[in-house]
Amino acid sequence: MEMIKTVNLHKSFGHLKVLTGVNQTIHKGEVVSIIGPSGGGKSTFLRCLNLLEKPTQGQIFFEGKEITGKKVDIDLHRQKMGMVFQQFNVFPHLSVCDNVTLAPKLLKKKTEAEAMDMAKELLNRVGLIDKLDEMPGNLSGGQKQRLAIVRALAMEPDVMLFDEPTSALDPEMVGEVLDVIKGLVSTGMTSVIVTHEMRFAEEVSDRVLFIADGNVLEEGPPAAFFHSPTHPRLQDFLRKVL
Amino acid sequence: MEFAQIGANIVKIMRDYWKVFLIEGVSNTLILTCIAVSLGAILGTLVAIMKMSRFRLLRVIVTAYVEIIRGTPILLQLYIFYFCLPQMLPFLKLSAFMWVAIAMCVNSSAYVSEVIRSGIQAVDKGQTEAARSLGLSAGQTMRKVVLPQAIKNILPALGNEFVMILKETSLASTFFLGDLMTSYQKVKGATFLGFECLLIVGIIYFCLTFPLSKVIGYFEKRMASDKSYKNHHKHKKTAQGGNV
Repeated sequence: MEMIKTVNLHKSFGHLKVLTGVNQTIHKGEVVSIIGPSGGGKSTFLRCLNLLEKPTQGQIFFEGKEITGKKVDIDLHRQKMGMVFQQFNVFPHLSVCDNVTLAPKLLKKKTEAEAMDMAKELLNRVGLIDKLDEMPGNLSGGQKQRLAIVRALAMEPDVMLFDEPTSALDPEMVGEVLDVIKGLVSTGMTSVIVTHEMRFAEEVSDRVLFIADGNVLEEGPPAAFFHSPTHPRLQDFLRKVL
Repeated sequence: MEFAQIGANIVKIMRDYWKVFLIEGVSNTLILTCIAVSLGAILGTLVAIMKMSRFRLLRVIVTAYVEIIRGTPILLQLYIFYFCLPQMLPFLKLSAFMWVAIAMCVNSSAYVSEVIRSGIQAVDKGQTEAARSLGLSAGQTMRKVVLPQAIKNILPALGNEFVMILKETSLASTFFLGDLMTSYQKVKGATFLGFECLLIVGIIYFCLTFPLSKVIGYFEKRMASDKSYKNHHKHKKTAQGGNV
């Protein structure tokens, strides 16, 4: 089943063309990693998927419905697309627990008690249950990012979008966050992950995309992608990063 | 002039005229300040909201309003409200005191609107993105995520605005409206002891503003040392350039 489909997706900032006609389909249950050089358009592509960036041209379909059309209530679709940011963006004025329950309670998906139970269960799963009443300011970077993941999961999304989830972390905290993401994808969660962690991408992905110069230059299952790349740009890129 | 003589004069003036300074002057100054700041805050909030509106025309109008008021002297604005507007709007039967209060309030609204707008815009954009990505509407995001954080930036600045306005109400004495500076004019006229009267008035102004500044400073420091707040700002620095 098609989860997300982009058709001829273009995005420009002023006259800077960042995406030049991307056609991609992400299937239910699929784990897709996106790698590529900075400024190549991978984050923009991801942010277009839930319309944090408005495409300048092209269409995006989510679960069969076009979300780029007029009169679409994007807020409803976003409830089904969790997003995790490079900078965590946890809410500093809310406790760990309130960070998780804010959206489910506000959007009437859950009663107070249900939201609380779910928050406890999810926080337990990522090892943050003892931080329930802490303020985010007292958490480490890795803990903040795990909280951000739980906050997105609390909306029970159909797909998770990760925008360089470990790039702002101190090296010793990368592992704990990657472990949480690994655990999540192993449950069958459809995920799109922009990352610089090549080994991680190789391990968890069903498919890897190489985005540079505003388009997908190469894609494939991780084994072929990493060990016998065909596009010279990808060969060059992998030589530099591996 | 001897210091002893000045001291004796001050004691004498205060014995005879303390009511003029401490009751009439202080109360009028405080009333004027409170009217200007409270109405100014309400009007300023509206202006700030309009300035962030989607409608270009509205934005242009309120931007012009803010720039004109901030770009002209407050004394000139007081003249216009005191001399010109009552003639142009004769059906509005307001006292001179009220006209000046309105002028101060309009003046304050321009500054307050900037305080509010910059307080809101100082909240990291990532906060809005995170909230919207969860499916919150723009309004819910503003109420539940942005404003609670912006208020920390806004409140201390509003306190400073209160101190500023309190001092600026001294301009109302231009029209002899009973504020603290008018008290100075009255008592000087009766005693011919200008320097002593100025000293008294100066000390009273200082006693009003200094504790207030200290309180604001205390809250400002407490908010800045709030851990969540500090971390939030640290991240902002590294958050740049993540767009492409």
